[in-house]
Amino acid sequence: MDVFIQQLINGLSLGSIYALIALGYTMVYGIIRLINFAHGDVYMVGAYVGFWATTQGWGFLPALVLSMVVSAILGVVIERLAYRRLRNSPKIAVLITAIGVSFLLENGGVLALGAKIRTFPNVFPEVQYHFFNGAVVITNRQLVIMVVTTLLMLLLQYVVHKTKTGKAMRAVSHDTQAAMLMGINVDNTISATFAIGSALAAAAGVLVGIYYNAINPYMGIMPGLKAFVAAVVGGIGVIPGAFVGGISLGVIEALVSGYGQSLYRDAVAFALLIIILIVKPSGLFGSNVREKV
Amino acid sequence: MVKKTWLKGIGLFLSLAMLAGCSGQSKPTAGAGQDSNEIVIGANFELSGDVATYGTSSLNAAMIAFDEINAKGGINGKKIRVVKYDNKSDKTESMNVATRLITQDKVSAIIGPVTSGNTLGVVPVVNSKKVPVLTPTATNPDVTIDPNTKKVNEYVFRACFLDSFQGRAAAEFGLKKGKKAVVLVSQADEYSKGLAKFFKEGFTAGGGTIVSEEAFNKDDNDYRAILTKVKSEEPDVIYLPAYYEVVAKIVKQARELGIKAAFVGGDGWDSPKLVEVAGKDVLNNCFFTNHYTPEDPDPAVQSFVKAYKEKYGQTPDALAALAYDGARLLADAIQRAGSTDPEKIKEALAATKDFPAITGKFTLNENHDPVKDIVIIELKDGKQVVSEKIKSK
Repeated sequence: MDVFIQQLINGLSLGSIYALIALGYTMVYGIIRLINFAHGDVYMVGAYVGFWATTQGWGFLPALVLSMVVSAILGVVIERLAYRRLRNSPKIAVLITAIGVSFLLENGGVLALGAKIRTFPNVFPEVQYHFFNGAVVITNRQLVIMVVTTLLMLLLQYVVHKTKTGKAMRAVSHDTQAAMLMGINVDNTISATFAIGSALAAAAGVLVGIYYNAINPYMGIMPGLKAFVAAVVGGIGVIPGAFVGGISLGVIEALVSGYGQSLYRDAVAFALLIIILIVKPSGLFGSNVREKV
Repeated sequence: MVKKTWLKGIGLFLSLAMLAGCSGQSKPTAGAGQDSNEIVIGANFELSGDVATYGTSSLNAAMIAFDEINAKGGINGKKIRVVKYDNKSDKTESMNVATRLITQDKVSAIIGPVTSGNTLGVVPVVNSKKVPVLTPTATNPDVTIDPNTKKVNEYVFRACFLDSFQGRAAAEFGLKKGKKAVVLVSQADEYSKGLAKFFKEGFTAGGGTIVSEEAFNKDDNDYRAILTKVKSEEPDVIYLPAYYEVVAKIVKQARELGIKAAFVGGDGWDSPKLVEVAGKDVLNNCFFTNHYTPEDPDPAVQSFVKAYKEKYGQTPDALAALAYDGARLLADAIQRAGSTDPEKIKEALAATKDFPAITGKFTLNENHDPVKDIVIIELKDGKQVVSEKIKSK
């Protein structure tokens, strides 16, 4: 039982990271129907900004905010330079551009920062909480990850449902043409979506840096793919779906490596994707009444 | 791709032409017959490409050794001249470099390459051209013994111990920490798999039990799920043959989960990054097998460390130490041979006995592999401390 609880905690903290990245995927897809493959690399850039800030002696929260702001700008710039002029091109052209941007960020990172791993400074000391005579351990960093993820998720729900920008995002996502005719600035709304999605990925990057202590320019590839799976599982384009998809993927991975064979973990994650696509192509939350951004 | 093949074709043609040219001469007198006041040694190292840092630190260390010998007046009054080429961390290129060193530069002996793969490329060349090659660091058994004929490659020598010995030494040491072991293997990594295999053999032969074996992906960040499982198995020893980057992450997460067992690893752990990423406290009760340690108080080791630091501004790693030993061993063999004739140098190398290397005194056995001690290094508050030395059998 205690092993199961420990695995659940492992899975929840890992899943929170997937969820944060998946939110950006799902929002961008919801609004312009693009799988933004560069998203995982924005997460990497976010981690490096956080790394820079904390080595300059900034605290956790200022570093988190700075990294989110810088990545939001990066997300907008990528959209402006790479995707906007392809808006009326075939889907495949934008998709390939996204892969190109991804490679650019990864290899640009290697060029500018070197391929070696960087060590994140200890932003706050680690505190461990023991339960069941030490059989279950939860650290304050795991708690921070889960709390920050939940808060950002709630904040996102608020922005999407209660603000004017959120309303515009929902409108553009529902019908771009009609939204434009109603006087909504579609370009600005798309930029806002990229900014918010990238900021969430950056938050995930900083959290990962603090949690695992090590970052490198290729760190975004695998989590990016996993988050993509999470977004599809939850129903791509649906915000709560990405959240639930991310968390469940993390928990499933932890349970597979904990009770089955660690080698099958990734196989199970991607098999899950295939099964969901066969059984319910719209994903867990992708119902008929779509509430997309 | 087409273009590359085409280029290779031309390369092959040219080297064939070169060979024809050579055999046309009275007799290829590699080494001998050159300027009689110098000894020409070839250096075939990975100076660019994937493992450029390995090749560079090895060449640096070898040059220190040759310079020291020249400063003392050379060998039998002759100075050593080193001809160095970059093999670009590529097997075919290593082969080309070896051919060029032998046929054009007429070297008496070759030092390098660093990795097993590249050295295996050089083996057929030196066997047919009959010039000895000494690799400081290739650990694969096939380097000195032809896997098909099971015969010793007559012209190939090495200065490091084999993975089989490293794995068994780790097992021998691990048994002192307890009888229950878990093995964590990096999937798709031959180095890790090889060490794990020999550890398991040694550990079970010594009366221990391997409770479980888990494979992990070295590109992951999160190993807590596997480690939670390991924790519930309550091992005394965890064998983790992998490279420092992933070792740092795994040990850190294991300690966070409350795993107190001893971690034992291999020479892939040797990097300052390990302590930097994992943290000092985390690495207590961690041990690894290695060729040498720069902390060794032996004056020979310290004078090498000092010379290397002065010249290159870094602490020499184990690869550098082995290359230093390799270069000195070559010079020693040339002196004992009393000649620059590759054949005589080969015989002198094969007869190496009790060579005073800084990575441990060694004798080359009938397979041209050194019989030497292995150092078990303990990490005490982030510092490398020699825990014990295990004798080779």
